[in-house]
Amino acid sequence: MIPSDTATSAPQPSLTPPPPSTGPDRQPGPTPSQPPLVVEVRDLSKSFGRVPALSNLTILVPESRITVLLGPNGAGKTTAIRIITGALTPDRGTVRTFGFDPDRFGEDVRRRCGVVSAKPALYDRLSGWDNLSYSAELYGLGRNATTQIREAAGRFGIIDALDQQVGGYSTGMKTRLALSRAVLHNPDLLLFDEPTSGLDPESSHAVLDLIREMTGEGRTVVMCTHLLVEAEGLADQIVVLENGTDLIHGTQDELTRRYWPGDIVRLDAEDPDQLDLLWGMDGVLALDRRDGVSELQVDDVARVPELIAALVAAGVRLTRVDPFHPSLEDLYFAIRRERRAPEAGQGLGVFPEVTR
Amino acid sequence: MNYSRMMTVMRTDMKHLAQSKDFWIPMMLLGGIFFVLIPTILLSIINSIGNVGAVQQVSQALQLLPQAAQAAVPQGADAGTKVSYVLAVYLLAPIAVIVPLTISTAVGSSSIVGERERGTGEFLAHSPAGVKEIYLGKLIASLIPGYLTTVVGFGLYSLMVNLIVGPDAGGWFFPTPSWWLLILWVLPPFLLIALSLVLRLSARVKSTAAAQQAAGLITFPLILIAYGQSTGALFGGAAVGVSIVMGAVAWIIGFVLLFSGMRSLTRARLLGVANEA
Repeated sequence: MIPSDTATSAPQPSLTPPPPSTGPDRQPGPTPSQPPLVVEVRDLSKSFGRVPALSNLTILVPESRITVLLGPNGAGKTTAIRIITGALTPDRGTVRTFGFDPDRFGEDVRRRCGVVSAKPALYDRLSGWDNLSYSAELYGLGRNATTQIREAAGRFGIIDALDQQVGGYSTGMKTRLALSRAVLHNPDLLLFDEPTSGLDPESSHAVLDLIREMTGEGRTVVMCTHLLVEAEGLADQIVVLENGTDLIHGTQDELTRRYWPGDIVRLDAEDPDQLDLLWGMDGVLALDRRDGVSELQVDDVARVPELIAALVAAGVRLTRVDPFHPSLEDLYFAIRRERRAPEAGQGLGVFPEVTR
Repeated sequence: MNYSRMMTVMRTDMKHLAQSKDFWIPMMLLGGIFFVLIPTILLSIINSIGNVGAVQQVSQALQLLPQAAQAAVPQGADAGTKVSYVLAVYLLAPIAVIVPLTISTAVGSSSIVGERERGTGEFLAHSPAGVKEIYLGKLIASLIPGYLTTVVGFGLYSLMVNLIVGPDAGGWFFPTPSWWLLILWVLPPFLLIALSLVLRLSARVKSTAAAQQAAGLITFPLILIAYGQSTGALFGGAAVGVSIVMGAVAWIIGFVLLFSGMRSLTRARLLGVANEA
């Protein structure tokens, strides 16, 4: 779970981070090789009274991909989703969903969207069937959408409970019903706002698997979460939000490469100071020492055996050699630290890093 | 405006209401007490005690009624029958006003703020349904329970009045034309006015409790006005003409409030987003 402040002991980036993502080129449009955009949100601002919710937010969502909006509570994720469907009107900026302005063509946009909010938004006193039937009628499937209702409920394993009142459902069943309702009308764009909120780990996993399946069918997914573990492995594209602004975007690999351009190996030795011998060796990009462990970045992981051999030959007694793959959590905290450092009047060299 | 979606919202709201026993059981009790229990007890007592002194005195007081109303009372009947007739036709009019306004107001006040409290406003806000469709669907769903209770209660009341008073008043006499005027012309626009105002409130306030408190303030004067109108309609003569005109004015006001009230509902309000409400 993402804390609301940056206090953490997560690993630090060892290289000078990339330039800030602010600027006209921070989220380039699709190139000919990229899929077309389903959602284009550019320089969006929205306030509720004096409280700013979004500030110059830019999000580009490519077709048939999972875009994860990642950020702490209050980052503006829910407001962004509400504006994408036209449920809210922005103060400034442009929004295009399927190429339409959702504020003007809201009905056309919303008909092609399926939304699952953090709270399942179900009618507790109605049966599961009635909840789905209501949605089917509002989305123009008519009063006899029996086949679609059965298919959607069957897909999420909730069909046997459709006759029960939703008030008697468990949280997991409610989420499954909400997911069924979201896909009932076969939408092109699915917007999930913390869909695993309140679920146990097993149910969360099942829900995430189902979301993954849906992009396999060509649907576009936008998912909000503050749970890094959810985004990891699921996201085709990550947009990190904070205080209503996008900090950075890209695939996890792209972002990781921006912060850790080289391959990383964690080392330790009986005398850690001896690891400074690595300094003069070919292929070493950076060396960090933190919490008793050194992180070595090399331009190619194939160099590691020769570097180790050189250390051993120099009499260094190594106690640890581990390949290290930065997780999304590492990346997330690196991004947030980078953004916070200038605010705090600190340079990026505040970390005990050694950069070649 | 997609009328099919409007009807869908209405049907679902009514279905939701039907599943709420804690709502419709008190509603039925209210209708039963006002339309059946109280009138039955009153009329039965007067009928059974006959021409005792107190009834005679009340009978003499009937001379204070307008001429048109006095003319409608069976002239050859005894004092007890005359009092029962007047009570049934003229003095129980408030029940036809209080019951529907109370029920519809209770339903309407929670209809929009209830969506917010349940979180289902989020579902509606993201749905293709237009806010006017949602507003009208909810208004009709609020109007029907009150009016339906009145119609059913009116039927039971008519049956009961005819069975108790009819034999002595020369046969079945109820409903009188003025009651038809009340039920079909005077009452519906007042319901419309009340609900248009109550739904505006429901769209703006933060909780159902607050909506119900505020709705009470709106409906109380409306009950007084509607009562005055209904009494005028029942007393007949020139008052009938005035009531027809007043009913027409109430219809106009009702529709003006209805259309202006549609604008009070926005998706932001369904979402319960501060400062847009």
